[in-house]
Amino acid sequence: MQGSTIIFYLLAVLTLGSGLLAVITRQIFRAAIFLLFSLIGIAGLYFWMQYEFIAAVQIVIYVGGITVLIIFSIFLTQQAGEKLSKPIMGRQLFSALAAFCGFALVMLQLVKHNFNASIENPLPPTVNNIGTQMLGVDEGGYSLPFEVVSILLLAALIGCIVIALKAKPETT
Amino acid sequence: MMQPGLYQILFISTALFFIGVYGFFTRRNLITMLMSVELILNSVNLNFIAFNKYLWPEKLDGLFFTIFIIAIAAAEAAVAIAIIINLYRSHHSIDVEQAEEMKY
Repeated sequence: MQGSTIIFYLLAVLTLGSGLLAVITRQIFRAAIFLLFSLIGIAGLYFWMQYEFIAAVQIVIYVGGITVLIIFSIFLTQQAGEKLSKPIMGRQLFSALAAFCGFALVMLQLVKHNFNASIENPLPPTVNNIGTQMLGVDEGGYSLPFEVVSILLLAALIGCIVIALKAKPETT
Repeated sequence: MMQPGLYQILFISTALFFIGVYGFFTRRNLITMLMSVELILNSVNLNFIAFNKYLWPEKLDGLFFTIFIIAIAAAEAAVAIAIIINLYRSHHSIDVEQAEEMKY
């Protein structure tokens, strides 16, 4: 067995195991930490597939940004040491059943389907190629979605500030 | 053990997606529901990257979709947390059962 195979399965176990623990643990802070490990496992899978740029983006934005944001909001809204209420048994059962049925359906389709890979020359996902195509304006360029996403991010950030702003008491 | 390839990665992303779905159904706390949504979005990203690497290696389209999804997920998380903090300030609870007048 090759080393890369072992690393792949270790990353898979890390991702799925901590993802599962993140949704079933009853302490919200632990859930956030398990989510962090799951996201790190996914970044490791990107590294394993040799998409280094996207792995770095994943670590910077998800692990460094969103998880820290979630942990801060836990501190702001949760009493320390308080456990989450246990979900109702019936709801737990039916959710597990629904998730398992969906999983089984997708996996059945997946093992029956035969994927055809294209045989053209691979384009390596280097930062150079990514940058050239992302800001390109000719055929296959992504500069318009890039600008749209920039505007969306700006609008979302302004919206956050407006929503989270504390309403000033009316002074007469 | 099998050599890892497209099917193994698709298995991981499918399993992660339905773990997220399970969490979304069972949790009643807004922050943990947001975590489940993050898991779901990550499984979709993994899918895009796997298809890009194994089926269309001559293009980078899956990678761009992943980058845009990450950007939109960051915006979504920020807005959701702003809403959660505002809700906590007015209700002193972030349980979805007690936030039902949000719809009026």
